[in-house]
Amino acid sequence: MTQPHTVIIGLEVHVQLLTRTKLFCRCSTKFGAAPNTQTCPVCIGMPGTLPVMNREAFQLGLKTALALNCQIASHTKWDRKQYYYPDLPKGYQISQYDLPFSHDGYLEISDPKGRFETKRVGIIRAHLEEDAGKSMHDELAGQADSRIDLNRAGTPLLEIVSQPDMRSPLEAKAYLSEMKLLLTYLGVSDCNMQEGSLRVDANINLHVDTPQGKVATPIVEVKNMNSFRAVERAMEYEAARQYEVWQETHQRLGDVPKQTRGWDDVANITRGQRHKEESSDYRYFPDPDLVPVRVSQAEIDASRNSLGELPADLRHRLERTYAIKPYDSDVIVSAGRALVDYYVELAELCGDGKLASNWVQQDVMRTLNEQKIEVEKFPLSPRQLCELLKAIQDGQINTSRAREVFIEMVALGRSAAEVMTARGIEKVDESELVALCKELIDANPKIVADIRSGKQQAAGNLIGQAKKKNPNVNPGRLREIVIDLVGKM
Amino acid sequence: MSLLRQRATDLLALLHSGQITSVELTRAFLNQIKLHDPRVKAFLRVDHERALARAADIDKRRREGKSVGRLAGLPVAIKDLLCTEGETTTCGSRMLEYFKPPYDATVIAKLKAADAVLIGKTNMDEFAMGGSTENSAFQKTANPWDLSRIPGGSSGGAAACVAAGMAPLSVGSDTGGSIRQPAGLCGVTGLKPTYGRVSRFGLVAFASSLDQIGPLARTAEDTALLLEVLAGHDPLDSTSIDMPVPNYSQTVKQPLANLRLGLVREHFGEGLDGEVETAVREAVKVYEALGATIKWVSLEHGKFGVATYYIIAPCEASSNLARYDGVHYGHRTDEKKMIAALAAERQSLESAGRRAEADALDNPLVRMYRQSRAEGFGAEVKRRIMLGTYALSAGYYDAYYLKALKVRRLIRMDYDAAFDEVDLIAGPVTTTTAFKLGEKVDDPLSMYLVDLYTVSANLAGIGGIAFPCGFSSAGLPIGLQLQGPPFAEERLLQAAHMFQQATDWHLRFPEMVSNP
Repeated sequence: MTQPHTVIIGLEVHVQLLTRTKLFCRCSTKFGAAPNTQTCPVCIGMPGTLPVMNREAFQLGLKTALALNCQIASHTKWDRKQYYYPDLPKGYQISQYDLPFSHDGYLEISDPKGRFETKRVGIIRAHLEEDAGKSMHDELAGQADSRIDLNRAGTPLLEIVSQPDMRSPLEAKAYLSEMKLLLTYLGVSDCNMQEGSLRVDANINLHVDTPQGKVATPIVEVKNMNSFRAVERAMEYEAARQYEVWQETHQRLGDVPKQTRGWDDVANITRGQRHKEESSDYRYFPDPDLVPVRVSQAEIDASRNSLGELPADLRHRLERTYAIKPYDSDVIVSAGRALVDYYVELAELCGDGKLASNWVQQDVMRTLNEQKIEVEKFPLSPRQLCELLKAIQDGQINTSRAREVFIEMVALGRSAAEVMTARGIEKVDESELVALCKELIDANPKIVADIRSGKQQAAGNLIGQAKKKNPNVNPGRLREIVIDLVGKM
Repeated sequence: MSLLRQRATDLLALLHSGQITSVELTRAFLNQIKLHDPRVKAFLRVDHERALARAADIDKRRREGKSVGRLAGLPVAIKDLLCTEGETTTCGSRMLEYFKPPYDATVIAKLKAADAVLIGKTNMDEFAMGGSTENSAFQKTANPWDLSRIPGGSSGGAAACVAAGMAPLSVGSDTGGSIRQPAGLCGVTGLKPTYGRVSRFGLVAFASSLDQIGPLARTAEDTALLLEVLAGHDPLDSTSIDMPVPNYSQTVKQPLANLRLGLVREHFGEGLDGEVETAVREAVKVYEALGATIKWVSLEHGKFGVATYYIIAPCEASSNLARYDGVHYGHRTDEKKMIAALAAERQSLESAGRRAEADALDNPLVRMYRQSRAEGFGAEVKRRIMLGTYALSAGYYDAYYLKALKVRRLIRMDYDAAFDEVDLIAGPVTTTTAFKLGEKVDDPLSMYLVDLYTVSANLAGIGGIAFPCGFSSAGLPIGLQLQGPPFAEERLLQAAHMFQQATDWHLRFPEMVSNP
């Protein structure tokens, strides 16, 4: 018998901050340079060198923490986290231990499809630290040496630790998507998981309902998840696996040491990782080479004022102002600030938020995807596109024909009017429509009889015939006229 | 008078007036090194050619009327823990025997910009850990006043070379007394600046919150001249203080009126050698005769200084020295032998059926770390790494490191209170004169006590100066230490200069500094 249980997930996100230079020296942080070409005596830990804090990195961290609704410590310090590894040249990582620069915030997540209730995921802390180098191991032992690239060593990282507030893999994925969107809006990170600028570790366990009450199972840390989808799948797998283990062993939290497992994206499973050689006593202590950082209220205020409109507020504003659904606002906001601006301008010009939303989501975004371009490079300005939407609103053209016009506008760089004229599309006069309807009614007594007997769908046949005679007719209006005329017979 | 006996300030005047050239001067000191360093062993490396080439270049520029730097043509010796670009910097350790930094320490860059002639790197205790220079991995330096005795340490080479007339100016570093103690034992003047006064960038770190670079020379005036070049804010060192550098070489000559001199009750207790105490008390009388008023003060927590120091310094050292693991830095064990030995161990365990032990063997990386560090570090360095690692471990941090930080704060507060009442504190540098080589090598605890009077200044971050104030019946120098409030280097130098105007202890030379 399956016992009811809840999945408990907390996430640790490491984000590389978009600074020009490293956290404690002036080396470039650019990705992809030849190994060990973006290094200096400081970031390779050369004896005698000293770190000097990059204020820009601190400011990006501050901005992010404020956007995550965190409390900002008035003063913070740097600590050394000590362990031996070949890609850590100093034998310690400069990080923040007991006085992180920010703590106690939250990130609101929701599901546009309503699969979970909107909720706030607590942020325990966000702190700054330097990244380590990269080890490249020889897979065929003995064939070659392991190699170390220290280009990444010293790159600023923001570590954001959530509360274990997520209750499903879906929520975990939503948290990450929302986090990435927020960081992108803030411009503090490019969040590229392939290049390692966003890394995620998860802590997961179960709360099982038993006759004796809720029981927590041992917490497992899951690493090596290289995409949000991988996080979702790893969490699904892990929740199921842990439930099986629970059924077999009835192990509770604290019965066994915390386990670390790695996600295998090919096999779709997590695997237990070998215990580290050294137990994790990092012997943290304050780095005597760095001075404590003080943050003034003025600095916090200035940073807060520089945040701009964040995704959550933006979604609410679009829903309120343009009467679109959460699903639609989510799609538009998730596509980035530039697309939001495009949408807002279009909606304002045409005065119909819903219509603008449909066109932006379907036609504009599809074109951007197909052509792999940013909205800034999109050939039609909101004003140009609005011309087409106006034609629809005026009944000059129906949606499916408008799509054809749109494609031609994009391809040829022509205005809506030009394309429509070239295609002979023009609004058909009301009297012309009435005349056409009368003509068809006279010619199709059987269909008219059907309509009169209540089969309104029979009018479709007449409309089809009308479109053949004149492709510019507005089918909706045509239907109205037919029904009206038949009714008067 | 022999050039070797002249003050640096006088030599500079001779250079400026064209009476001597830097090449002549440099040659004189190099010659003294050649004659006597085989016995003193103050230098780890002497750079004859480069020094002479540099001297010749400065002479040429001077002759041509081009502008020259503050120390133009004066030889300066460098403690071997300051990084010099492209030149070996060993820190007195096997670990760094072949280390050639690709950059200059800030003070080295400043010395070069001041047209100093860098003549060589001086011996020191390994990673500056020690008080006798006997912990050097390469050689033991002798005290020029008695070659059977230690010169003090860790800047033993730096002090001995000045005492032996091998360099007019010398740069050392002081973490717990490493400039003042050897200066006192070798009869020269040495100043430990306030923490943050001199950039530490390029100083191979021992204990980052305590290390400070400082000058050693024959006189207070010479010391002032060198400090003027070394001091100043450095954007590369976050702990260096952004304050203007006073004109030490000028202000040093201004006597202090109404000097209030403090004597610390706790400094005149048990363990202080009688001859040292007498000399110090005589020195105080000299100050009285110069118009100073004497006041007894108390530094209550000073008695915890050594204990506090031997928590904080090893903690920081254990971290600072982690990078010497044979991967990026430091000696690396012979890998082929290591791998072979590891395989043999595994095989013998497995054939004996001891599978669990075989599985518990180090992986090659860990074995490489262990073995490289075991081979590269000396006993004292290992001792301190173990002390520090232990004290920072989970469960011990609060009891040791955190408590030590609290005591450190109290020590500083004692000083702050004392300096409300007095301008400077005077006292002995060490409890005794220089001891015999080998006398304390097997007794680390008694070796730690040589820092008794000096460590508190490092813990408090304040400045101190040591200079000769007498000689023992055995003919060994006795030092006087003055300590001042933060950034009172001018006052320390002025007070030392006043004393040196009234006495001639600083003008005595060991026999090897002949006066033809």
